Amino acid sequence: MSLKDEGFKRYLGKKYPETWRDMPIAAIVPWPGNTAEVKTHAWRTIRPVINQDKCIRCRLCWTFCPDGAILEVDEEYKTSSGRVFKVSYKVDYDHCKGCGICAAECPVNAIEMVPEER
Amino acid sequence: MALSKPVRTIWDIPREERFAPGHTMCQGCGAAIIMRHLTKVIGKDAIIVQATGCVEVTTTAFPRTSWLNPWLHLAFENAGAGASGVEAALKALKRKGVIDPNRKIKVVAIAGDGGTFDIGLQSLSGMLERGHNVMYVVYDNEAYMNTGIQRSGATPLGAWTTTTPVGKKMRGELRPKKDLIGIALAHRIPYIATASPAYPTDMVEKLRKAYETEGPSLVHIISPCTPGWRIRNEDTIKVARLAVLTGMWVLLEIVNGKPRVTVKVPKRKPVREYLKLQGRFRHLTDEEIARIQKMVDEYVEEINRWVGEQAIGPVEE
Amino acid sequence: MSLTLEKKEEKKEGLKQVIGRRIAATGNYAAALAVRDADIDVAAIYPITPQVQIAEKIAEFVADGELDAEVIHVEGEHSALSAVVAAAATGARAFTATSSQGLEYMHEILYIASSLRQPVVMALATRALSAPINIWNDYADAFGMRETGWIMLFSENVQEVYDNLVQAFRIAEHPDVLLPVVVTLDGYILSHTVEPLEPLGREEVLSFAPKRPRGYRPVLDPDYPITVGTLGTPHWYYEAKYQQVVALRESKRVIEEAGREFGKKYGREYGLIEKYMMDDAELAFVSLGATASLVKAAVDRLRKEGVKAGMIKIRVLRPFPADEIAEALENVEAWATLNRAISYGAAIEEPLFTEIAAALAVRGIVKPMASFVHGMGGRDIFVREIVEMYKKLDEIRRSGRRVKRTYFWGVKGHDPEEDQAM
Repeated sequence: MSLKDEGFKRYLGKKYPETWRDMPIAAIVPWPGNTAEVKTHAWRTIRPVINQDKCIRCRLCWTFCPDGAILEVDEEYKTSSGRVFKVSYKVDYDHCKGCGICAAECPVNAIEMVPEER
Repeated sequence: MALSKPVRTIWDIPREERFAPGHTMCQGCGAAIIMRHLTKVIGKDAIIVQATGCVEVTTTAFPRTSWLNPWLHLAFENAGAGASGVEAALKALKRKGVIDPNRKIKVVAIAGDGGTFDIGLQSLSGMLERGHNVMYVVYDNEAYMNTGIQRSGATPLGAWTTTTPVGKKMRGELRPKKDLIGIALAHRIPYIATASPAYPTDMVEKLRKAYETEGPSLVHIISPCTPGWRIRNEDTIKVARLAVLTGMWVLLEIVNGKPRVTVKVPKRKPVREYLKLQGRFRHLTDEEIARIQKMVDEYVEEINRWVGEQAIGPVEE
Repeated sequence: MSLTLEKKEEKKEGLKQVIGRRIAATGNYAAALAVRDADIDVAAIYPITPQVQIAEKIAEFVADGELDAEVIHVEGEHSALSAVVAAAATGARAFTATSSQGLEYMHEILYIASSLRQPVVMALATRALSAPINIWNDYADAFGMRETGWIMLFSENVQEVYDNLVQAFRIAEHPDVLLPVVVTLDGYILSHTVEPLEPLGREEVLSFAPKRPRGYRPVLDPDYPITVGTLGTPHWYYEAKYQQVVALRESKRVIEEAGREFGKKYGREYGLIEKYMMDDAELAFVSLGATASLVKAAVDRLRKEGVKAGMIKIRVLRPFPADEIAEALENVEAWATLNRAISYGAAIEEPLFTEIAAALAVRGIVKPMASFVHGMGGRDIFVREIVEMYKKLDEIRRSGRRVKRTYFWGVKGHDPEEDQAM
């Protein structure tokens, strides 16, 4: 598309605004996906802990997480029984709200919900 | 890049996240799961028009957004009209060479059940009838959840809400939910589907097909709401699955008017199993549950007749 | 519909004057022509009397290939405005037209259009509001949208309908403005009345109100994703509203500049207000729309009688030209308003008056004043009645009495002085 004319940038304000003058026009947000900067871990009373040894890498916890807080990473893992997996699942504890869907849906009970201690 | 190849297994779902965390959707929110997968499917070249509702307010509190796509919210009842406007603009601007005519940019409308079944129905009907190339996704949590659990046209028979309370004379919602698929069907649009986040492969493939459809498409997705349905946070998927396994929610796909059940249920579970997990149905007596069971039996029969096979089987305790 | 414009350009004292062939056109036709000449990209159309021919003509222009635009046959005015706001947000030049109940039906989106700073242009064939249902002219609909943050231009005749719409696109899309603009045309009185019209033609309109490159303002674009229509919490909502206040205030400069430039190019200059016989006027009426023509006729008649009458026509109702009106009324001995709108239960029930009185009061200008309502729901206003109103104002000036209520003129069986006693 022809957004070569970048005049629109004058309306985008400053990240992040402090006054009405540096606020983007019409309260638009020109910073895609920036809620990611907000941590939602304080919502949590229980935290999921993945047992990497038990995990069969079925991807269901990743699929069902409402907060995208199960991360799928290309990290090789060798289980104690010698099985090698190319991917691993890790919890993004900054964003996990502790709903427990991952643990409830895990077909091999590899995720345990552990009380948060504060 | 939008998802272009068919989704056959869970591994066909793109890894890339296009719906940022840090939003304020509830713990265990069904709609949040749906949004993650929807944005994975549509990719970068899609403009989203969203109706007022839970997802809208929890993802766009200035100065933040969870969206990576260009995104527009106007009001509650006009996602269909807004999407029509965006689509018409893209068409005109492409024709006039302002936008590269070869670039595919899909318009995606998202609304809840209130913004679709009730206040947004007219706008949706206009959009479907005019044949706009828009994919319309309904996340149906079966009540006005954003305002605190008030009854909508999508609220099922017997459900407690704050405006269909359980009292001495009335016991929850008095009417079965509106037939949205029937309404969509009456508009003779090329692609209609129902989906459940408990069947992610099926849901994502349907979203992909809706995206690929030239002309209006509609995907109606059941979206369990933990506070509204009075379910435990971790039961979202379980409930969404039981809705399918009990025949309360049939996974359908209607391509150019031809219906098909995409996830067959040879042996149905009794509706009691679905209802008993949810606090909104806690008050139901055996007799009331039997009435709902009968209604579902009739619905299943109707679906089987329609698709021309026993796609959903009998109840087995 | 085949209308060929034989344009000829001639240099006159250094001014470039473009004179299109003079045609006869209704206000609705003039509006559709302006929209065609502005090469809009998207129109949402929905029939409502008396703007319906605007919708029909746009459809005809598109059907005949005279206009390359997407026409959305919406299912109601709420969707009409929603669709054009969304189209504008996508970068299109977008237009719709409405009237009366249709305007009320889209009322919710009026605020959203201006708050989202979308430069849509709309024609409003002014019409009375139900109930009783009434399809004839008054300004109740237009006055009901004063608080919605739109720029509002009133037209006195068919030529002004065209000229205002052409200027509307330039004003709305100006980088320092980015606000929606509504142009009124009195229902039937202008919408359906054939008057002479000199259209400018596409080339001139597009040079006066050029389409700017995509990207000069924020638009929905996958290459630079923005979130539009966010949730404004108490932390930021107020600041967004203040931005709107400033934008509308500052649009005044752009409106004036467009009107001056239009005059320079085409010989018809437009200001925020128009003064008629005001140089030595002792008694002045303020009015707007096609009603202003009647007031001018009354002024002519009074002048023949030796009464120093004058009038002020408000062309721009929003942003309100307070300074200009105060300046124009500073030297008159008494002033009054004549309007076709009622503000029920208000301190003064004629809404134009309260604004002018406030504008004068804060500037310390206090003098005999009165307000008149007439012509509701298409009731004819006769020039002789306006002459009578001037005489009433003259009597108020001479007696020095204070008029605390609006005069409802022309109500059957009602003596307007009774309004003062009530």
